[in-house]
Order: sequence, then C-alpha cells, then structure tokens
Amino acid sequence: MSLVKQIWIYRGFILGSVKREFQSKYRNSLLGASWLVLQPLSQILVFTLVFSQVMRSRIPGLDSSFGYSIFLCAGLLTWGFFADLVGRYQNMFLENANLIKKINFPTICIPVIALLNAGINFIIILSLFIGFMLLVGSFPGSVLILIVPVLLLQITLAMGLGMTIGVLNVFFRDIGHLFAIVLQFWFWLTPIVYPLQSLPYWAQEIVNLNPMTPLITAYQSIVVQGEPPLWASLMPSCTFACLLCLFGMYLFKIRAGEMIDEL
Amino acid sequence: MDAIVVTNLGKAYRQYHSRWSRLIEWVWPFGRARHERKWVLRDISFCVSPGHALGIIGTNGAGKSTLLKLITGTTQPTLGSVNMQGRVAALLELGMGFHPDFTGRQNVVMAAQLLGLHEDEVNLHMAEIESFAEIGGYIDQPVRVYSSGMQVRLAFAVATAVRPDILIVDEALSVGDGYFQHKCFARIRMFQEKGSTLLFVSHDLAVVRSLCDQAIWLDNGVIRDAGETKTVLDRYAKSIYAKEQEVEAATTHLPVTNNIPKPRTRQKRDCRLDFINNTNLRNDIEVFEFNQDAESWGDGKAKITFTQLQDLNGAPLSWIVGGEEVVLAIEALALEELKSVIVGFMVRDRLGQNLFGDNTYLATFDKPIAVEENHLFRSNFHFFMPLLPRGTYAITAAVAVGTQQNHIVHQWTNEAVYFESHNGIGVNGLIGVPMQSITIEKVSSISR
Repeated sequence: MSLVKQIWIYRGFILGSVKREFQSKYRNSLLGASWLVLQPLSQILVFTLVFSQVMRSRIPGLDSSFGYSIFLCAGLLTWGFFADLVGRYQNMFLENANLIKKINFPTICIPVIALLNAGINFIIILSLFIGFMLLVGSFPGSVLILIVPVLLLQITLAMGLGMTIGVLNVFFRDIGHLFAIVLQFWFWLTPIVYPLQSLPYWAQEIVNLNPMTPLITAYQSIVVQGEPPLWASLMPSCTFACLLCLFGMYLFKIRAGEMIDEL
Repeated sequence: MDAIVVTNLGKAYRQYHSRWSRLIEWVWPFGRARHERKWVLRDISFCVSPGHALGIIGTNGAGKSTLLKLITGTTQPTLGSVNMQGRVAALLELGMGFHPDFTGRQNVVMAAQLLGLHEDEVNLHMAEIESFAEIGGYIDQPVRVYSSGMQVRLAFAVATAVRPDILIVDEALSVGDGYFQHKCFARIRMFQEKGSTLLFVSHDLAVVRSLCDQAIWLDNGVIRDAGETKTVLDRYAKSIYAKEQEVEAATTHLPVTNNIPKPRTRQKRDCRLDFINNTNLRNDIEVFEFNQDAESWGDGKAKITFTQLQDLNGAPLSWIVGGEEVVLAIEALALEELKSVIVGFMVRDRLGQNLFGDNTYLATFDKPIAVEENHLFRSNFHFFMPLLPRGTYAITAAVAVGTQQNHIVHQWTNEAVYFESHNGIGVNGLIGVPMQSITIEKVSSISR
C-alpha cells in the first residue's frame, strides 16, 4: 500500500525520468527518435531476408514464405523484451548508486522507471511487428489481443527474477557475470529459433521445465497459427512467476537498508 | 512539539571476514555470525524545537555526515529513530543528479521532481530560481558547459526554491565564490527568520557560531558535548588547540600588565604596520568592481551610481592593506528632489554578520543636505581599514531620507562592492582593530 502511494507521489519524477532517458539517448544524434524505430525495424528485416529469402526455411505445416520469420519474430522480440527487462533490473541499483546514497527518495521508483522504459521500447517494437504482419498479409486477427495476458505474465516473471538478481548483484557482483552466461543457455533452451516439436521427445521434456517455454509457445501459437494458447500450460509458469515476484519484493524489502550501506 | 527528535540513534556497518562470509551467512543464517559490527555512531539523542538552529561540529570521521544521512533518511539506522515535522530540504550534495546533457532548465525540473515537486509547481518557481542562480542565458544550455560554480548556484537555487520547514546544510556551501556564499547565507538567515529549523554541519566554527543557538560536538561517533553554541564551541576549540599543541595547558604566567598608552604624539597608523607590511603577515585585501546589478530595494527615488574604495587622493583602489587609511565613496543620483538625505554603508562578512558601518546622519545633523532632481551627490567615508580575517566581505550601500530612527529608504544595495582578504594571519576576532601601541614591561618584583 505504502509502496503504491510512494510511487504515486513521485509520479512526476518517474515519468520525467522515463522521458529523459529517451531524450538523452537520442539527444546528440541527427536523426533523433528515428533510431528508436530504425533499430528494431532492421532486426525484423534481417530475419525476414535471411530466413525467408536466403535460407528459405520453412516451418512444418506452414507454407507462407514469411512463415518462419514471423515465427522467429514472435519468440525473439518477446525474448528480447524479457532479457532487456531482466538486464536493466540486474544493474539498476548499481547504476543509480549515487542517487540512492545521496538523495532521500523512494528506491522503489527505480524498478518502476526501468519497467516503463523497457515497456515503451517493446511497444514500439511490437507495433512495428504488427505493421510488418499487416504488410505481408499474415495478421492473425483479433486473437492477437490474447498476447496481453501472456505479456503480463512475462513481465511478472522478469520483474521477480530481475528484482532478485538486482538486489543480489549489489552484494555479490558475480551474479551479474553469472547471469549473462545463464541467459545465453536459457535462450537456446527456449524454443525460440526452433519449434518445440522438432526436438526429440526427451529433449522436449527438459525444455518444458523451462518457465519461459510455455510463454514463447503461446506467442507463437497466437501469432503464427492464430490460435489462443493452451491456458493450462501457462499455469506452472504463472505460479512460479508470482512466487518469484513475492520473493524478489521480500528480498528488496529486507535488504534495502543494507544495500545502501553496500553501494 | 519539536521539529527534529532523534532518539538513541546508532549506526553500525557490517564487516565481513572474507568475501565468502556473507554468502555463507545468507545461505545458512542459523550458524554463528560471520561479521563484526563497526559502530560509527552510538547513542545519539537530541531534539531541536521549531525555528531553532543546531550546529554539529567535530573532526573528520567523527560521524557528522553519517548522522546527516540518517536524519535525511538516505541511510537506515541500526538502532533508534529520527522524527521530523514538516518539509525537509537537505543541501548535502549540491548538483547531485544533474545530467550533463540536459539544459539547466530541464535539470531544474528533474532536481525538483526528485524533491517530490511536480512540474507545474517547478514552473511557478522557475523565474525566481533563474534570478537567484544568476546564470543568465546559460539556463538553456546543457549543464556540461557550466562552470562548477554555476552548477552549484543553480543547485542551491532549486533546493531552496520553496522554504522548507527543516533545512539541513552540509559543507556544501564551501564551494562557490564569495558573492554566492553571501547570497546563500542571506537566504538561510531569511529562512531562519521565517521560522525554518536549521541543522548545520561544518568545520567552520565561525559559521556555526553565527548561525546556530545550540551545538553538538561529535567525537568518534558519540556526543562529546552539547548545549549552548558558545560553550560547546569553546570546549571544542580548546580540545583542538590542545591536540595541535600537544603540550600541557599550564603555561607560566609572567606578571604582565597592559599599560594604557599615554596620549603621546598622535599616531595615526598601527605601530606595527611598517614591520608587518614587509612580511608575509601583511593583510592584503583585494577589492572588486562595483557590482551594478547587485540585489537592491527601495522606493527608487535615488539610484546609487557607484560605490568605491579609494585612496586619500580619490584614486580607486584594487588592493588595500588592512590598517591603512581608505576612503569609501558612495555616489548616487537623485531621481526626484530629496530633502535631508542620508548615505550609509555596512560591511558584512560572508556569513552576513554586520562588522562595521556608518552613515552621514550625525555628520549632517545640523545642516541637512537637500538634493535637486537629476543631481548627483557623493559622500566620502574616511577611515582606517580594519585588519580582516581571511574571507570575503561585502559593502552594503544605502541612500535614505529622514532621520537615523525614522527614514525612508530610496535605495539599499546589498553587496555593492566585494573585497577579499587574502591573508588574515594574526587577526583575532571578527575584525582586527589597528592598535595604537602594544607594550610589555616588568613592573616590580613581588616577594612571596
């Protein structure tokens, strides 16, 4: 309750910081905010060119020439959001050490700012992706709205994980290095560039233990097949995400004071 | 109801034996503690009633900054509690959180938001912040092109834009030039008069003495002494002095009497000047130009056109030596007809304390001076410049009409001229009065 109140009181600072991050990123560039669009756009174009034209990859049971690139974008862009958010959370306390140590303001503002920044970036990317799907005529239709609950679940998972790692990273800097490695393995253990069905059965069982697997599969099912995800398959991840989020907040709460001494 | 109540405050930092100790302790919290507590503050209790000022003094590492951090809430106390009533402004790190790539204006908004203000509230104060910081067109330039002084000025202006109920000041003000320090202290005094509670930390005992009515002396994390500023400061100074000297306080007393000098030949200068001025003890005072845009007020019937320190021949001085004769010339323009005009000045030190001053009232008492419209008039004050401790000083000049007790101010210019004393060795007190003679002699022997 008090956290929400603090965030509300400091909403001016939070919104201002979000605005300023975007401004500062493109302040001294000629093209300014266009870079915000150009970067993800080039990413989508590369996938499309390489995989649908050069390598001519096909997804079994899907014969549109853009099928694979849409499949790839569905997983890769959302994974990108996940990794971006966790990465920001991992370093947010260290990067804002000066502010936290010297000025008395609610520390909870920092994760909120990081979430908003990453979220806005992702919304830009997502709208470009939707535009791309409309352009190539593979727009899945109104079923697309179902990615919202899946995204919320993903944000919960990322925040819980990020908060835990962010706090631990203040005390044990090894966590940051370790997590960069973990993230790489994690990426390949998630069916992003390959469909889950293409794996042998024993490998599918391992990949299914990964909490990100049902989420990415859900995106792919919505975007590529135009079908709602199997909600039941998301339940374990949902439980895990909520527990992790609670743990992260608990850790933050009990270690906040000590964290300031350590920074 | 006290404005600040600090009860049994204590702060300890954890020190782990090795890098792994913390990990082991976290993973297995049931075993023995693998850290030691290093106490930097212990058993700190005090309260400050609203409108009062408390000074905190102590040597480096005594825990002053930690105490301020605990009070402002950036650091969590290990023991005890801090309670404060009202809005708090802390001038701990001026310019913290300024982003070099953003303009001054944007940074002002950002800094104010960090204080919990909203953008529209900030915009209300923007004009006032700009005028106080006096950075002119730089306000719309990125902060990275600012000088450090400009950054501090802007930061101070933001932090004090809204009068706080409690103002907490660290050594932050020791940066910035003399002119700025004058303005800052003037503002702090103004807050004090309007009822703000002040918490002031400094090594500079003169500042504490002049601003605070109560003081706390921190030593090694505990309160060594607390009470009336004067008492605490005297004890503190004594302890520092004893430490520096490392000799027993007992000194042998010679039977010395200060002879009252007989009125010999009228000696105008301090008898030591000829000697002192040839040594590095010379009290060199640098004088700056008349500050045309200095802050001023009044009904505008007269305008001070210049204020200048001159030698006896009327030539402007850029350097003077403490103890020498100088003339302070104040010239003003009457914008309307003025009857019985008074011109006055006051010299203030950087803390805004009035050191000395005078006016033309008594000198012109029997024959009041009237000035016609659009006429310039000038008054000269001829005096021996006192010896001044190192620091900056400002001359306030004023033109008024009426009597000493009852007058209307036409123009009152704060800080019309600045001067800076570069070497105040051997000056005791706020100012050193040029001595006519100093002697020491044996009078008689006393048999015991």
